[in-house]
Amino acid sequence: MTTRQSQDDVEAAYRASLARGHLSFQRCACTEAWLPPREQCPRCLRADFRWEEASGRARLISWVVYHRAYDDAFADRLPYCVAVVELDEGPRLVSNIVGAADPEALQIEQPLQLRVELERGIPVPRFTQQDIPESTAS
Amino acid sequence: MRGRCVIAGIGQTAFGALPGRSTFSMHAEAVRNALDDCGIGKDEVDALLVKGPTSAPELMYGQKLAEALGIQPRVGGVWDQGGAANASLIAYAAMAIEHCQCEVAVVTFADNPKSGSRAAYGKAKGDGALFGWFGTPAQYAMIARRHMGEFGTAAEALGAVAVAARRHGAANPRAQLRKPLSLDEYLAQPPLVSPFRRDDCALVSDGAAAVVVMSARRAAALGVDKPVPILGFGQGQTSWDIIQRPVLTETMAAQSAATAFEMAGVGPPDIDVAQFYDCFTITVLMTLEDYGFCAKGRCGDFVRDGAIEHGGVLPVNTAGGLLSETGMPGMQLVIEGVRQMRGEANLQVPGARTCIVSNQGGVMHTHSTLILGV
Ligand SMILES: [Zn+2]
Repeated sequence: MTTRQSQDDVEAAYRASLARGHLSFQRCACTEAWLPPREQCPRCLRADFRWEEASGRARLISWVVYHRAYDDAFADRLPYCVAVVELDEGPRLVSNIVGAADPEALQIEQPLQLRVELERGIPVPRFTQQDIPESTAS
Repeated sequence: MRGRCVIAGIGQTAFGALPGRSTFSMHAEAVRNALDDCGIGKDEVDALLVKGPTSAPELMYGQKLAEALGIQPRVGGVWDQGGAANASLIAYAAMAIEHCQCEVAVVTFADNPKSGSRAAYGKAKGDGALFGWFGTPAQYAMIARRHMGEFGTAAEALGAVAVAARRHGAANPRAQLRKPLSLDEYLAQPPLVSPFRRDDCALVSDGAAAVVVMSARRAAALGVDKPVPILGFGQGQTSWDIIQRPVLTETMAAQSAATAFEMAGVGPPDIDVAQFYDCFTITVLMTLEDYGFCAKGRCGDFVRDGAIEHGGVLPVNTAGGLLSETGMPGMQLVIEGVRQMRGEANLQVPGARTCIVSNQGGVMHTHSTLILGV
């Protein structure tokens, strides 16, 4: 018997996992897996879930490249890439693709690899192109 | 209930920057014009249906507006469905009239995001701020990129929508942006949030527009000139944020149009002119596909060679739409549809007898369709 977790609890658990370098998602007893963290399963509406660490393998659903900063905090990194990413395990999340020499040349469905980075001290899940060797990424 | 209710009157304010005008003041002008247009007094109005102003949400706004207009409607209030709300409210007005809940409904919209606050349009959701995931254009651009990736849709297809809107807006004396745009000029623009350029995005505008809905019988009894019958309507909605939406390249337009086409007893080949919600160019392209004017993924072929311009096979947004006439979320499209069916549009489509109007909101979350006739 587990204690019911609040929205704050599940978000704290998600962030604690990132702080250890892992991206974790919730998996329900009914097999549904999801992100972002929720208090109950969006399929069966029960709160019978456990946390699972993502393998880090993912694919690119879509992406945009910001050429204008809508927030001053991002002015110094233009152009930057925001993407919809699907983990091999199923859940989708919003993220950044980093290290792409030409972000306009990315392709939908291409494989990606998780990289947890610090953003102003907060660990965030970002992705790199899976098949590009480290040395050629800029 | 096909054709049993009509749009009897239309009214609007100027579009553009209207500093110093409250939404109540703009509503009052548009409603007065709509009542004058069909030749009735405000005492006839017993329903007031309103999409609230996005830039300044307020509790009991519909009741405050009724007070400002000096009317005591039996039926009324605010409906929030983003940009789909105006078309949906016209449908609800027709249903309420059909079921004797009211007799004469005013549906009205006013907002002043240009002179007032635009803050509601720029917020990041949840963790989005950590990734720089800001603004509405980027969310529609995310959908556009997927469409380009799956179907090879080119920038030229997006551009064709902008070029048509700007050509139509240039011919509209009341349009906010009257500068025409060539495809070469479009393509030469730097990216904003790629794959979008500035001209893929709706204007930001102050203004109001209103319509009067009543039964066809009532309109005849009142001697209303050229009442425009509402032949069909429908809606569709998805709850999924685009990060979680399983399929990004299909919209709720298909579901909405299926209901509306069935009610009206017509299909895409019967449509003479279209007014499509063009908050972003991609929205028009995907509405063309999901309404069945072309196959999924073939919008680029469809819009080539001026097909959606006045004189083309399916003129779209003949007053300029959100890209050129005014960024208002949808009511201007209904009003232009009414003008086309009356034969009084600025860029009239000769002999047009059926017009389809789409309104949609969120990031393609909500969709509402109206089919108008003569
Ligand atoms: Zn479940």
